[in-house]
Amino acid sequence: MPSKVVAGLGLSHVPSVGVAFDRGKMHTPAWKPLWDAYVPVREWLSRLKPDVAIVVYNDHGADFNFDKYPTFAIGAAERYAIADEGFGTRPLPEVRGNADLSIHLCESLSADEFDLTVCQELAVEHGFLVPMNLCFEHTENAWPLAAVPLAVNVIQHPLPSGRRCYRLGQAIRRAVESYPGNLKVVVMGTGGMSHQLQGRRFGHMNERFDQMFLDRLEKDPERLAEMSHQELMEEAGAEAVELIMWHVMRGALSPRARRVHRHYYAPMTTGMGLITFED
Amino acid sequence: MLRPIPETSIFDLRLSQRGRRLNKLCAALCSPKEREAFKRDEEAFMSRFHLTETEKELIRRRDFQGLIDAGTNIYFLLKIGSVTGNGLYKMGAQMRGESYEQFLASRNIKDAV
Repeated sequence: MPSKVVAGLGLSHVPSVGVAFDRGKMHTPAWKPLWDAYVPVREWLSRLKPDVAIVVYNDHGADFNFDKYPTFAIGAAERYAIADEGFGTRPLPEVRGNADLSIHLCESLSADEFDLTVCQELAVEHGFLVPMNLCFEHTENAWPLAAVPLAVNVIQHPLPSGRRCYRLGQAIRRAVESYPGNLKVVVMGTGGMSHQLQGRRFGHMNERFDQMFLDRLEKDPERLAEMSHQELMEEAGAEAVELIMWHVMRGALSPRARRVHRHYYAPMTTGMGLITFED
Repeated sequence: MLRPIPETSIFDLRLSQRGRRLNKLCAALCSPKEREAFKRDEEAFMSRFHLTETEKELIRRRDFQGLIDAGTNIYFLLKIGSVTGNGLYKMGAQMRGESYEQFLASRNIKDAV
């Protein structure tokens, strides 16, 4: 039986969420609105029972640095360590991989003209882990599913275009559907939404833009992926360009995918968005 | 090609090249041993990474916007922030030219820290 993409999620990966999670603050008034939005998402995911999450994220200088910086990099390991990104290692279990699926993805994506950097060792950090914390409950030793990390360069320009990211998603779908393991796969596009973390425009957010992005991601995703980095950064802040990773997720879904959840919360310096689709 | 955006730094390859030494120093701070070394002797640590006098002065003064302009990537800068007791919001307030309290007052929910 071929494998299937059963769902896609677009969600922010703000590091302060990881800190609040580790300190048990998710039920405080400041964080509860965010946490509550994920209760139905976790219930939905536990009904879908995915075997693997392909997590499209960016590294923030934890395991990649500018000596060599890949545009697209994929994990091809049986396990992924928790990285120390400069603030200590979070008390989380290592992440189980699926190296066989990773190798198939590499082969299929290469044949589809996506040439990825292949990582047989990769430590993951908040870009990957905050979405995992929000969507899945882990035990002391394990997460409830395997994961394949897919890192995108969204921090050192030139970056891949939105359209390239969307097409990568389409190629991921073809790769998953040609994998015989009968696996249920979810694709998570992480990062964003509006935020800027430097310059006098530090703290810039744009809810109107973010809501428009959520609307169009649902209804008009292919045209949304044509948006230039220039326009995205002018409207939503330089660091909001992480949103191109959501196009990878959307490209991996079929035209019949239907939107299930949507939420928005912008307490401090980042518009934290959530959108889910079932396919 | 990207056009400049007011009050915004765009981290591109030219800036990244300028910031090579600074970003290498920051990357090292992902190890607890190196963070201890930084705290023990900041000057020796900076010399080990061959920082120029101008770059060292930016770190001594905790001039975060200056460090961004010198080519430090914001996500790498966070590691200097952390080791010197300056979280993201403190750095941000300084970059905006505000006190920490003024900055917090400009937020929607200031307890979500």
